[in-house]
Amino acid sequence: MDNRFLIDSKDLPFCKGCGHAGVAQNTEKALQKLGYHPLDVIFVTDIGCHGIIDKSLRSHTVHGLHGRSVALAGGIAAGLPHNSNKKVVVFIGDGGATIGMQHLLVAAHHNFPMTVVIHNNMLYGMTGGQPSEFTPCGFNTPTAPNRSAVGAIDMVHLMEGVGASYVSRISGIGDFSDELAEAFAHPGFSLVEVMEICPSYGVKSNPGMKLKQVIETSGLQLHKNTTPRQAIEKESYTGFIQSLITEKLLVKQEFQAVRSGTVRILLAGSAGEGTQSAAEFLAKTAMLSGLYATKKGHYPVTVGVGFSAAEVIISDKPIFYTGSTKPDFMLITSQDGLDYSMPKIKNSDKAVILLDASLPAPQTTSSVVATDMRGKAGSRNAAMISVFKLIKDYQILSEESLLTAYSRNKLSAKVPVETFTANI
Amino acid sequence: MTETTHKQMAFIDGSRLITEACVQAGAEVFVGYPITPANLLYSYANQRYPAMMAAPDEITTLQWMTGYASLGKLPVTATSFPGYALMIESINMAMMMELPMVIILVQRLGPATGTATNGAQGDLNVVYGTVSGGFQLPTFCISNLQDCWDMSVKAVETALKLRTPVVLLTSKEMVMTQMSFDLEKLKPVSKQAWKLFNNEMPYQSYGAGGDLVPGFLPVTQSEHQVRFTASTHNKEGILQNTTPEALDNTRRLKAKLDLHANDFLEYEYDPQEGSDAIIFSFDVTAQASREAVQRLREENQKVSLLIARTIFPIPSMYHTILSKYKHIIIAEENLDGQYRHLLFGSHHAGHVVGINAIGRMIQPEEIMKEVRKNG
Repeated sequence: MDNRFLIDSKDLPFCKGCGHAGVAQNTEKALQKLGYHPLDVIFVTDIGCHGIIDKSLRSHTVHGLHGRSVALAGGIAAGLPHNSNKKVVVFIGDGGATIGMQHLLVAAHHNFPMTVVIHNNMLYGMTGGQPSEFTPCGFNTPTAPNRSAVGAIDMVHLMEGVGASYVSRISGIGDFSDELAEAFAHPGFSLVEVMEICPSYGVKSNPGMKLKQVIETSGLQLHKNTTPRQAIEKESYTGFIQSLITEKLLVKQEFQAVRSGTVRILLAGSAGEGTQSAAEFLAKTAMLSGLYATKKGHYPVTVGVGFSAAEVIISDKPIFYTGSTKPDFMLITSQDGLDYSMPKIKNSDKAVILLDASLPAPQTTSSVVATDMRGKAGSRNAAMISVFKLIKDYQILSEESLLTAYSRNKLSAKVPVETFTANI
Repeated sequence: MTETTHKQMAFIDGSRLITEACVQAGAEVFVGYPITPANLLYSYANQRYPAMMAAPDEITTLQWMTGYASLGKLPVTATSFPGYALMIESINMAMMMELPMVIILVQRLGPATGTATNGAQGDLNVVYGTVSGGFQLPTFCISNLQDCWDMSVKAVETALKLRTPVVLLTSKEMVMTQMSFDLEKLKPVSKQAWKLFNNEMPYQSYGAGGDLVPGFLPVTQSEHQVRFTASTHNKEGILQNTTPEALDNTRRLKAKLDLHANDFLEYEYDPQEGSDAIIFSFDVTAQASREAVQRLREENQKVSLLIARTIFPIPSMYHTILSKYKHIIIAEENLDGQYRHLLFGSHHAGHVVGINAIGRMIQPEEIMKEVRKNG
């Protein structure tokens, strides 16, 4: 295979006078100057007139969604092996760059190794000449003949702001292959904005206006800025990573269960007060006695405030359904927990409710046992002491299994077991 | 002694099993975007995948994934409805490009942002209608911890074998609830193979043989020109309008799923001789259904059970099984029975009954009551 990147550089699928042809021809020339083989280059394009270049290319082509080519190329660039000799080139229009502006910012921010070439003809050409965010003051389009107030986003300046290590804005007239070659050779992210005028809509809507004049009056100076950046952000392969299924997950039976059947327990407290940890501890303690256990958490979207509740089921038979509308026990350690539990309290008539002594007793036919948990163990340990009290007073599990489980729980390094055993 | 004696019992959540199974089956990169209740999957992915990318948004997630897939690296993401909705155009792109990936959709209560920390089974319709034009994405659903392992492997296998995005449908309680589980039940997993170009015919990016799946080549190789495109295209991957060749290629996208439908048919059928009623369910409601069946049979109430693991394309096998029963009870955690409507239409016969709920799990007692009524 020879080093032509275009099947026929004189037969390109663009309107007569379109600058896109010049971009394609200069790109071929620039890549040839750098010694690239056509199949070492991956062109990523999207919707818009520029994207129809695909069929004329002899390189790999990936043709995606309008405005998303930079993100698509980002996945390719990030996933290339280190020291890859492949070159990722993105062709995108100013319309696509408008739609996917965040993708450009992110690609530059991550310094993905790729070059983005914006074909900026200052309007959406394929769809009839609508303005883009690159349409400058004084430049008319068929659908916005008087769009002069807003002006164009200075994309080059914007990209500098997010750390693009190579940016340039050039005029798309004549031979600009050296400028493109410089960008293609740049390690890491580079962007070239090529200024053009669309012959079908730009010229007709702005009779007599020349590209040079547009550039001068728009305030978008031709410009180049190279900022060295060392790190090229790529994912790293670390080789073998330890399985998530390890011996540490095992909870082997060491004790005998002290009762049969199924017990459903609701723990309800406040976020940050150890409710989920205590529920998990209870479930694992049950497993030490060879029982099946489940723990289903419930909490609002807020992380550090509001209720925190967990439903634990302990059974000597496999558990399918993990919910419990009528818990046998409710361990309620805060006002948040009490508020959360009220529907279940109303729904229950035979439950045992261990309620912190600071809380108002709810009206219920269930048995309410007020006990000082927050005061004796502290708010952060109230859920844990409620588990101790449940096991000791109601023989859900053996005390021996409870003490063994606690000695292996990370909380035991900070909170002596007597905090619980001496206060229940 | 209890039943758990001598088993390798672990206290574990579904997210851990899904993550491990996907990686062992060959997933190479997780592209994550923070969204509840899929965050546990994101968290495990950070510990386990060979590569991890933190994407800034949902669309970028799918675009990066597609870029990775073009290199021959299988990507996985996990999301919920709000994220999935934004990914849809890009999922269509990956499907049209025939680039494999696994999208784990953890259902939560909608509409819109709804309640992020509450489970649901309300995304059947959006998954069914993800692809424009009547095409389907292979969609598997997890009904217990065992499925977290098995269906994850199946999702990876199907994505690679058929070169397509695959949806792994689940819900909040399925991926977050911790349960005791016997690790000995986890079958060994081998790395699943890509459908690669094998030189048996001249290379064309979308040239497919009898299995209707084009042989894959990554854009990193330098022997053949590779084209991936989201637009209507011919076998070479060149954009076409509506040429016969291009439309044949588009039709092939459905035909390849039809051809291999039996390869990804996964369900659980527990018939009871003499039963007139069958409970049909999936996802977390399958667990309530299993419990209901067990308790009903203890009462000598005859009932059969069908659990769907392959959700889409809807297997004809489900109709074959369901047609044997006088009473069909379909339990699903959404407002009005999405899967029921997809199976039987909006004006189905009276012998098909739905049990539905939003904002809470369906209880075994609700299902049992309906069976007793018809029994």
